[in-house]
Amino acid sequence: MATAVQTVERENYLNSNYGIKSWLLTTDHKRIAVLYLISITAMFWLGGFFAMMIRLELLTPAGDLVSSDTYNKLFTMHGIIMVFFFLIPSVPAVLGNFLVPLMVGAKDLAFPRVNLLSWYLYMAGAITALTAMVTGGVDTGWTFYTPFSTTYSNTHVIGAAIGIFIAGFSSILTGLNFIVTIHRMRAPGMTWRRLPLFCWSNYAAAVIMVLGTPVIAITLLLVALERAFNIGVFNPQLGGDPLLFQHLFWFYSHPAVYIMILPGMGVISEIVCCFSRKRAFGYEFIALASIAIAVLGFLVWAHHMFVAGISVYAALVFSLLSYLVAIPSAVKVFNWTATMYKGSISYNTPMLYAFGFIGLFTVGGLTGIFLSSLGLDVHVHDTYFVIAHFHYVMVGGMVMAYMAGLHFWWPKITGKMYPEAWAKLSALLVFVGFNTTFFPLFILGYMGSPRRYHAYPPEFQVLNVLSTAGASILAVGYVLPMIYFVWSLRYGADAGPNPWNAVGLEWMTSSPPPTHNFDETPVVTWEAYDYEHQPQEEITVGH
Amino acid sequence: MATSDIGDIQVAERALQHHFADMEQQRETSSFGMWMFLLTEIMFFSGLFCAYLVYRASYYHAFVEGSQKMNITLGATNTAVLICSSLTMALGVRAAQMGKPKLMAILLLITILFGFGFLGIKAVEYHEHWVNHEFPGPNFHFETGDPAHPATDAQHTEIYFSLYWAMTGLHALHMVIGIGLVAWLVIAGLMGAYTPHYYNPVENVGLYWHFVDLVWIYLFPMLYLISKKHGG
Repeated sequence: MATAVQTVERENYLNSNYGIKSWLLTTDHKRIAVLYLISITAMFWLGGFFAMMIRLELLTPAGDLVSSDTYNKLFTMHGIIMVFFFLIPSVPAVLGNFLVPLMVGAKDLAFPRVNLLSWYLYMAGAITALTAMVTGGVDTGWTFYTPFSTTYSNTHVIGAAIGIFIAGFSSILTGLNFIVTIHRMRAPGMTWRRLPLFCWSNYAAAVIMVLGTPVIAITLLLVALERAFNIGVFNPQLGGDPLLFQHLFWFYSHPAVYIMILPGMGVISEIVCCFSRKRAFGYEFIALASIAIAVLGFLVWAHHMFVAGISVYAALVFSLLSYLVAIPSAVKVFNWTATMYKGSISYNTPMLYAFGFIGLFTVGGLTGIFLSSLGLDVHVHDTYFVIAHFHYVMVGGMVMAYMAGLHFWWPKITGKMYPEAWAKLSALLVFVGFNTTFFPLFILGYMGSPRRYHAYPPEFQVLNVLSTAGASILAVGYVLPMIYFVWSLRYGADAGPNPWNAVGLEWMTSSPPPTHNFDETPVVTWEAYDYEHQPQEEITVGH
Repeated sequence: MATSDIGDIQVAERALQHHFADMEQQRETSSFGMWMFLLTEIMFFSGLFCAYLVYRASYYHAFVEGSQKMNITLGATNTAVLICSSLTMALGVRAAQMGKPKLMAILLLITILFGFGFLGIKAVEYHEHWVNHEFPGPNFHFETGDPAHPATDAQHTEIYFSLYWAMTGLHALHMVIGIGLVAWLVIAGLMGAYTPHYYNPVENVGLYWHFVDLVWIYLFPMLYLISKKHGG
């Protein structure tokens, strides 16, 4: 009897074939996205473990948990893993890989095998860097400043640099794939002005990946060559210029923060429109602001070097240019709020995360303006103020957006709903935990507490204890989704093709989508975020 | 005649990947992708070009003295070899377009020969520099040969040679990869993979080969020629 009632399960990308080989040799962008999801989640926990060790060490003023050498390695490895192996691939390689072809109405990315290659390069880079960490670690900081990294550090700099070098090519190939796909693979009727804002922002990030990443690749290669073969391009003993290293490093690594944040902004645009049931306010402005951020991002790198010895005039110009980045960023924030204005807002988990993003990104962005003003930067340079600013943008902004996107598209990726109440609790914990962790660091930094020390004067203890307590709350906030997402794979309710009643091509196919994404090539005749003409149904999930 | 045309189209249909609508879209997409990749290659080399510019401005005389040690005859020969290889590569792409796989294979084999010729001559040069202690590191040794500028710091020429080895070394690595790619084209071509309806890989490897050639066209004057006459 039971078998008779059971309906035949629809063919989708998850059940089309089975076995480890069908995953490791897949060229399906959706499966590659899942491979990335698993890999970067592992890296996130590893980087998070190092962060927890840092916070535990800073619980007391004395350097009692780890030695100063170990502490140097801890913050270096936290930085390398989180920046190069989690934040940069997070939204593009997981959500972008899954969604860009679906959103433009294509069967796959333009180069499916290159896409798989990019995952293997990511894994090769990650394993190389992890090997360097396991066999002794690196202590240069994630910035690899010369001449310490080239001459004096006795740690595994070459391994870490080569690992990032290899992973860089995975990022280049992902970016290349996105650009070509968005240019050439759009479905009939999917014009540039109808393109979802998620695609616009991933396109902008992809431009930075393609133009910026090769520069860090050659820079880190030169560091490795200098250590291995005495190719002394940055060696001051020969007359080489360590500042040249900083210029080349930040030429990529500053735009890289826009690689990280832009795709997150795309996620927020999608979610704000869906849960406000409105068309994006100033769609063209949000789209072009992404491009403006990508372009301006290439012109501001030396604001990391105000106290490194660059000329005052150069510093003035870079300071002014850095202020300009605030304009497109603010355009986005204002347009999201204007989209919500008079919208019919529902408070589902993705929207809660999006609220968190908008608030925290604004704080992070505004403190960025503090840091790009020359006088103030001298005071707070290399203090916890910088740490707090960076984490407000990257964790409060980017990780929030990644979590928002993961919750929003989880039903599409897996076909299952997560438990809404637990998810709301996790969003709340992440918000509270994040602010408790990082707001005290603004104050600490402003009072002059320098970063990268494992011990500090006793009068700073209260704020440090507060921060460590916040980090524990934050950790719980991240563990919860881990548990209920896995739980939902087996016990979650079926999501149906469009649980949020959202518009967009990815919601017009089944969940999980079939291997070829669409049963027939979609033809687009409507504007993006056409919620006015969408039947006003209640969002029915989560009760 | 008609049967061979049908055969060609069948090969082309086999080559059409599932996610493209037609061969036209596939061809344009693959060529666009290759141009994007070459853009990343330009940025990759640009870090080194930037370092060259900065240090040439700072240590002009050391760069002049360093470039005196370059063997212009071998460098110029190598430039000619590479230009010829680009010609045979371009003719090979044309042979593929016209559906002459055997002619294509012959032309590409000549290209490979030129490639090995370039690497061989480069190896002779590298050997000369190596025995003259012109490799950066503890064994580096440089006699300043310019009495007008006795103050020229030998250490600064070490930077010149660092850049020389890094830039030409990276270029040589690209040549090795290029030779491998062309060899793959020869084998695939003889097995009948390419027809006038489908020859993207030949075209793309051709673009790559020309790019690597072009890098050398910049490296040769920058490292060998540019400071030769005005050294005083």
